[in-house]
Amino acid sequence: MAHTETTETVTGCKIRIMRKGQGEPLLFLHGASGAGRWLPFMEMLSEKYDVIVPEHPGFGGSDTPEWLDTVGDLAFFYLDVIEHLGLDGVHLVGTSIGGWIAAELATRSCQKLKSLTLVAPAGIHVKGVKKGDMFMWSPEELAQNLYHNQEIARAMPQPASEEELMVVLKNRLMTAKLGWQPRMHNPHLRKWLHRVDVPTLIVWGDDDKLLPAEYGPAYRDLIPGSELEIIPACGHLPHVEHAERFAARVSGFIEGAAR
Amino acid sequence: MKFYMMHLMPYADLDLDYDQKYNSAWITLPNSYYDPKKGAKLYNRYLDELEYADQLGFDGVCVNEHHQNAYGLMPQPGVMAGALARRTRKVKIAILGRALPLLNNPVTVAEEFAMVDNITEGRFIAGFVRGIGAEYHAWSSNPADSHDRFHEAHDLILRAWTETGPFTFEGKHYQFEYVNLWPRPYQSPRPPIWIPSQGSSETIEWASHPDRRYTYLQTFTPVAMLAKYMRMYRDMAAEHGYEATEDQLGWSVPLYVAETDEIARREAKPHIENFLNKFLRMPKEMLLPPGYLSLKSMMGVMKAKSSIGSKQTIDDVIEKGMFICGSPETVRQRLAAYKSEIGFGHLLTLLQFGTLPAELTRKNMELYANEVMPWLRAEGAKSRQAAE
Repeated sequence: MAHTETTETVTGCKIRIMRKGQGEPLLFLHGASGAGRWLPFMEMLSEKYDVIVPEHPGFGGSDTPEWLDTVGDLAFFYLDVIEHLGLDGVHLVGTSIGGWIAAELATRSCQKLKSLTLVAPAGIHVKGVKKGDMFMWSPEELAQNLYHNQEIARAMPQPASEEELMVVLKNRLMTAKLGWQPRMHNPHLRKWLHRVDVPTLIVWGDDDKLLPAEYGPAYRDLIPGSELEIIPACGHLPHVEHAERFAARVSGFIEGAAR
Repeated sequence: MKFYMMHLMPYADLDLDYDQKYNSAWITLPNSYYDPKKGAKLYNRYLDELEYADQLGFDGVCVNEHHQNAYGLMPQPGVMAGALARRTRKVKIAILGRALPLLNNPVTVAEEFAMVDNITEGRFIAGFVRGIGAEYHAWSSNPADSHDRFHEAHDLILRAWTETGPFTFEGKHYQFEYVNLWPRPYQSPRPPIWIPSQGSSETIEWASHPDRRYTYLQTFTPVAMLAKYMRMYRDMAAEHGYEATEDQLGWSVPLYVAETDEIARREAKPHIENFLNKFLRMPKEMLLPPGYLSLKSMMGVMKAKSSIGSKQTIDDVIEKGMFICGSPETVRQRLAAYKSEIGFGHLLTLLQFGTLPAELTRKNMELYANEVMPWLRAEGAKSRQAAE
């Protein structure tokens, strides 16, 4: 059975949501390149969980609301989404910018969360560790720098139509809006990560050229009781580059954490 | 028509082989390529050239703002305007761009411009731009907020110049408890405002609005585009129920005049090609960060697979009318034809470009001021008489 695709209006903003599976809810927050497609790791997780994949306001098929200025706005927005969908005991998984949103959300309230998984999350800055500048990279460089395995990089589909190109441009615009300055972080977030009081897993590729793996220990040290998993031979997108291993690790973590 | 000398003040001593190691003369080119001993000489040479324009009878001199590059050494153009204010007597001094969205405090520009306007007793022209895309990398300023911040900074500066202070300013990006400009501008109600652009219907719509009627300045674009945008300005003014004057339309173009067409082409060739291929060189991602253009315009750029990055020759730019080059007679006829076909009241010529050395720059300025400007002024007077 295929996943479903619906639109929901939350806080005055229409967003596109993909969803499949039964079990405890797993809310996945995507990164800078949006959530245009149902990916293999989503399929794997949907065998055990009710996997819910919204597209953020300002990305892809979702509207761009007037009120959207910062990642903090999206954190509050997703608290509204959780309420709107009537979810509880949510396993929140976020990658890159989506990981940043998830971390900000969890500092505001963990009431409806059961676990938190951050995959190479943006959001904090580690002094002296230089991040990659995705805004200076050409499309070819971006593909190369996102993956460790260059065969996967080469196999990634390029925009095939004007609509798909427009989505790429729209996602890039919103990524800049949210993360250009300060670059991909909120200087105040680290002060409040101690408020995260659900079991937390942090996943990082050891060859991440956008947000280097040195960020992993920094995040781990800021979130009480969190565990860090470094995946070898892996770039910025472990859920794409090592989908099976990623899905197994996340469900293993959830099984352990939830019981 | 009024005649201005525009200067970019490039780092003309740049090691031109830099491009074997770096993909741009902007942002990422290490500043170890800049030698202060050579740079100091260039600054003083370029200021001398603009002062000489005053003596040669130009109506104005123009400077502008670019950051972290070898293309133009005026990150703070107010310094240049200040230096020129006391060493020139007759010319207008135009700062054609402060890039307003980069500013954390737009009042600094309101103050600086008002000071130059006072010192020159009203010989000042204000230019407002968004800057080229590269500036947003240079200043870590968010390009996605560029349009918004431009308009808000503009509104703040306008109010600071024209309203009695103190007043409070409550914007989204800028908030001030007290705005109370000392000094007020010398010109009343304010200095003339010019809007330089490479062509944008949104900008023309805004500049031509009856509340503003700002001078729109088309910079470094093919002459066909110039004609299109000048017509667009006139049409938009007409839709608003008024007729745009020549004073509202300007063109900025590099120009080289020499004894004959052949000499002009030979002397200009290496220097204009360095300007195009060495100093302007940058990748698309640097030139067009997300948000700098609207999504629709950005789509157009992506589809056009534009010529950004491809090598250009002197013949390419002469043919497109992006560079005026030739004998005095050739240059006179070209400019007269463009003037009568397209119509513009301000002609800004870039008489030094790329690596063009001091002697050739001076010769260019002299021939232009003595052999071209007076003839065009006389033609203009004749056609005005005929109209009366």
